[in-house]
Amino acid sequence: MEEAAAEQKYNFDVVRWFAVMTAVYLVVGALVGVYIASELAWPVLNFDSPYLSFGRLRPLHTNAVIFAYGGCILMATAFYTVQRTCGVRLWSDKMAWFTFIGWNLIIVSAVITLPLGLTQSKEYAELEWPIDLAIAVVWLSFMFNFLMTIATRKTSHIYVSNWFFMGMMIMITILHVVNSAAIPVGAFKSYSAYAGVQDAMIQWWWGHNAVGFYLTAGFLGIMYYFVPKQANRPVFSYRLSVIHFWALMFGYVWLGAHHLQYTALPDWTGSLGAAVSIAMIIPSWGGAVNGMMTLSGAWDKLRNDYVLRFLIMSLAFYAMSTFEGPIMSIKTVNALSHYTDWTIGHVHSGALGWVAMVGIGALYHMMPRIFHTPMYSQALINMHFWTATIGTVIYVVAMWVSGIMQGLMWRAYDDYGTLAYTFAESVEAMHPYYAMRAIGGGIFLLGAVIMLFNIIMTVLKAKNAGSVKAAQTAAVAA
Amino acid sequence: MSENTQPVGLQDRAERNVWLFAFLTFLTVSVAGLVEIVPLFYLDSALPAKNIPGVVWDRGDKSLDDWKEGDGVRPLKPLELAGRDIYQREGCYLCHSQMIRPFRDEKERYGHYSLASESMYDHPMQWGSKRTGPDIARLGGKYSDEWHIAHLIAPRSVVPESVMPNYPWFMENTVDGEEIKAHMRGLRIVGVPYTDADIETASAITGKTEMDAMVAYLQVLGTMIKFQEGVEYRE
Repeated sequence: MEEAAAEQKYNFDVVRWFAVMTAVYLVVGALVGVYIASELAWPVLNFDSPYLSFGRLRPLHTNAVIFAYGGCILMATAFYTVQRTCGVRLWSDKMAWFTFIGWNLIIVSAVITLPLGLTQSKEYAELEWPIDLAIAVVWLSFMFNFLMTIATRKTSHIYVSNWFFMGMMIMITILHVVNSAAIPVGAFKSYSAYAGVQDAMIQWWWGHNAVGFYLTAGFLGIMYYFVPKQANRPVFSYRLSVIHFWALMFGYVWLGAHHLQYTALPDWTGSLGAAVSIAMIIPSWGGAVNGMMTLSGAWDKLRNDYVLRFLIMSLAFYAMSTFEGPIMSIKTVNALSHYTDWTIGHVHSGALGWVAMVGIGALYHMMPRIFHTPMYSQALINMHFWTATIGTVIYVVAMWVSGIMQGLMWRAYDDYGTLAYTFAESVEAMHPYYAMRAIGGGIFLLGAVIMLFNIIMTVLKAKNAGSVKAAQTAAVAA
Repeated sequence: MSENTQPVGLQDRAERNVWLFAFLTFLTVSVAGLVEIVPLFYLDSALPAKNIPGVVWDRGDKSLDDWKEGDGVRPLKPLELAGRDIYQREGCYLCHSQMIRPFRDEKERYGHYSLASESMYDHPMQWGSKRTGPDIARLGGKYSDEWHIAHLIAPRSVVPESVMPNYPWFMENTVDGEEIKAHMRGLRIVGVPYTDADIETASAITGKTEMDAMVAYLQVLGTMIKFQEGVEYRE
């Protein structure tokens, strides 16, 4: 009855579409990822085709997981939670549909243009200028609708998950506009407005804050709503949430410079980035503790609540990678780790362990509530949990070993004071780990396929039973 | 509602007013960018070597063809620029860095550490973040043109351990001088000092293969500055 009331009061239609597309894009993004990982292990897979070559597919992988999977789950959860925490329907249904259609068209255009080699060649901001303009418009529609929904809320205070979503929206707008500034020289060709050292700083200010705001603040918005809901307990500490939020908003922005240590960027900038990076352990762990301790006194729930397992595992990975990141930003460690696979391992412990898992947990939580029917299979959720966890661990371990090995081989000297290894020898030594990484990624992909199947079966079940229609037409007390 | 008591502080006030909350967030996230990025556009320390003789080409009214190796950093010639466009298109920067760090092993493996001035005309920079393949900031002149052609067509024919894709299509595709002219005009708007005469020379490259362009670009990398013994290029 309560769910029927929510169905009639809120716009869940757009949430349903975003939710299903999330599951689709996770499969697509992970599939491209496994494919390019395999290309590095077995280069014959490039098939002498421009459209399948590693350099063109790698941006497709990053765009698919960040903007397609990440974007859809962020928009699904932001629209879902803002309505529930504010007690009002979305400010504009039409604008929400504009956001949905616009965002998906942007994803389709990425799938077409990136394999064609149409790219700005800015890491994590590859899409060419016409698509960048579309991103700005659609993103602003998302933000404006969200803010207006909060502005018309029925509650007196704004709930903490909405702070994090807002922080993400505001910062991503600034980052996207500044970083994408370019001079068009053709329909799908442009040059960055900045050059050299300034461009490098701006690119990594964008690059690290795409992580810090899109993949962290946004997903913390998810965490602050779905962990307490799934555990059926209030957030551990309100005070900690306030500190977590403002420290994250202020601190994260400084970190980009740590990607450029020992480069031609002035030394003070890189060192400043590294110093703030180390300090960021404190708010990050504060947030992780805040999420985990929400379960305080109810740890037994993990025994049979598979959705909660995803959420708590994601916080464990969040804590781990926000510890690893500051360590890697220390100059002496960075001298070894930079340019190696260690960075790739670090990114994926965050991306698979934290971003994917917390999103998956939120998706499994929402599905029964927006389709008004239980998930098709609980056993498959459990199977997904284990494939996701094992796949992530294999992936990350492979990259740790290969990354540290690369770093050590490049700087190794023999007894005569000459370099011990040629670069080619270090490439050859990576082969087993590249194969292992492809296998780990493959296991993770299998989990994503299991989820897609489970979700499609749930949607079909809801359709056959007419449960959404029933909820929409059920008589509810006004 | 019992919640509706008077606000007790800025946090409480912000939690009741979405526009105030958004504004405070905007201020908070802006600080770091103002401190770290804005100074790079006007501080001399961003390009510390640019006034050392021989770092940036003192062009006068010479043409790009008058430039000789080691004269200093200059804008790319049309064919080299066409090569750089292909370098961007193929995502080469995802596996090759162009940024040598000041370490002993990197000096011996790749050469003198990179200067900010060397990428001052690079829109966007191609420093890269990953070395799946080696750094190529100073690749120019290390191998013959024939080696590069063989390597780009089939990397494993010359480096058996390589995992680089084959690029056979570079031999078939040609470059268009008119397109490169438009690219040079665009780059001039964002600050690359191309003259009208430079741009006119781009007509001549029409019909060259993408392979010609790639090789021209790869062979100029890192050859612009002749580094002097005993000169400190960076603090």
